[in-house]
Amino acid sequence: MTEFIAKTMPNVLRLGWGGDSGWGTAIWQTIYMTFWPAIFGGLLGLIFGVILVVAKPGGIMENHFWFSFSDKLVSLFRAIPFIILLAFIAPFTQLLVGTQIGTTAALVPLSLGVFPFYARQVQVALESVDSGKVEAALALGATNSDIIFDVYLREARSELVRVSTVTLISLVGLTAMAGAIGAGGLGNTAIAYGYNRFNNDVTLVATLLVLLLVIIIQLVGDALAKRLNHQDR
Amino acid sequence: MADIISLDHLSVTFPQGKETSIKAVDDITLHVAKGDIFGVVGYSGAGKSTLVRTINLLQKPSSGTVKVVGKTLFADGQTAISKKELQTTRRQIGMIFQHFNLLNENTVLDNVMFALKHSPLSDEEVEQKSLKLLDLVGLKDKADNYPVQLSGGEQQRVAIARALANDPEILISDEATSALDPRNTNQILDLLKDLNQKLGLTIVLITHEMDAVKRVANKIAVMQNGRIVEQGKLLDVYLRPKTKLARQFVGGSLAAIETLRAFDLGKLGPDEELFQVVFSAQTVTKSVILDLYKQLGVDVSMLYGNIEVLGSQPVGTMFILVKGTPAQLQQVPELLKGGHVEVTKIDDRGIWND
Repeated sequence: MTEFIAKTMPNVLRLGWGGDSGWGTAIWQTIYMTFWPAIFGGLLGLIFGVILVVAKPGGIMENHFWFSFSDKLVSLFRAIPFIILLAFIAPFTQLLVGTQIGTTAALVPLSLGVFPFYARQVQVALESVDSGKVEAALALGATNSDIIFDVYLREARSELVRVSTVTLISLVGLTAMAGAIGAGGLGNTAIAYGYNRFNNDVTLVATLLVLLLVIIIQLVGDALAKRLNHQDR
Repeated sequence: MADIISLDHLSVTFPQGKETSIKAVDDITLHVAKGDIFGVVGYSGAGKSTLVRTINLLQKPSSGTVKVVGKTLFADGQTAISKKELQTTRRQIGMIFQHFNLLNENTVLDNVMFALKHSPLSDEEVEQKSLKLLDLVGLKDKADNYPVQLSGGEQQRVAIARALANDPEILISDEATSALDPRNTNQILDLLKDLNQKLGLTIVLITHEMDAVKRVANKIAVMQNGRIVEQGKLLDVYLRPKTKLARQFVGGSLAAIETLRAFDLGKLGPDEELFQVVFSAQTVTKSVILDLYKQLGVDVSMLYGNIEVLGSQPVGTMFILVKGTPAQLQQVPELLKGGHVEVTKIDDRGIWND
């Protein structure tokens, strides 16, 4: 096997497993850059998604200021192309994590890049909860937090898993661009060690590895969404 | 008996664009006494739903007063109690809906327990009480099922159990049987009547199906264009409907309408007239048709006849075609009105067509 790879894809082996340019390092960096922004950006997106639904006109906690503030913030961040966002918020990144380059520095723009996308997805998922259920809960004397947690988030949980899967996959895509600020990862391997050096075998393997990661996320997401869904017979 | 629900001079206005607005509820005064099953009927868009939603302030009125279980919820153009008090009060007012509105990601048992989230009972007591409620609606064995695994009628029973969880004094039914088949409809209605008798539950039933109201209600209000055009005891409104709309609803069972449609009124000769006759079968023992023949000498044929039980009273509806001279025909209503009989001359096809 190793012999076959050495013969057909010599550059893939030359990169090795560890070290700055190694495959293991790149895989780890991609997972690292997917995981933490998923947590931070996910939380932020969830909070803003909930605000967009409860504070909207006619929502259970109707509030014009919070609704239009969230709405505009989300729209604004969605409008900035990620590669520009990386550079644009560099001073903020410096302030937050003490550096502008490297894998950890990439967590800040990745989180900010993914949250507006996720917030919109969460908004749509929560809007899909029948307003009649909210009304029924109100009629039962439910509090606002009951309605957010027990009605909106719980009723939409399968849909939330589904949109989270989509978001995670697009986050994996964003990590490929983080190479621009020296964050490494499989995307960087494909460009810096593959494309730029005419090592097509490296590009191919890096692509396949990203694809594998995406497929795993999709399969786990689909299975979970199905398990959590009791809406359809 | 004291009124458990008092709505006074209530209006609900929805703004439509900048200058126009729609008055969904227009200066309505409605009082429901404890133990009533109060039916509110009217066609879609009459404002029934909007009206009953003001009882628990799911719909905020524009003006008027809402008093429920002795508390003033709304007066002088604003909500009269705090949000917290409103939540507590709402637990005393159960509500069921056309589309059940159960939480699909919760089991049947959890759906009922959700209603008891803020009750002072311990977790175990909450579960026991929820199971007892499910037993009351005949669904104890489905406690661990999810709502989608149940039929529509069963889902509505769960919704009833959930609505009753906090021992409310009032149950609002918003078209609760409209999405069910006739058998389930009757079962749900009978269950409501049973709850009314056993628990003394006051029920406000809104529906566009007159049959539902006839089956269980003791009082009725007929709504049109945001106003109550007629209200009173069911039997009174049924026997002596004052408005055209009430007559339509009372006599307007589908079978009757179909019969009339099939019988083309355009074919009526100059010496023929059609009457709707509604009578309480307990007070009318004489034969209407024979009386007409004997006393006026007119020809009478019956096109449609039906006897229904309102609450526990049998009430009959007939459509009769009378043939005679103009002088004879003129005497028909007078003769019939002598007994407990309500007569309507049907001369305008239009009223049956909507």
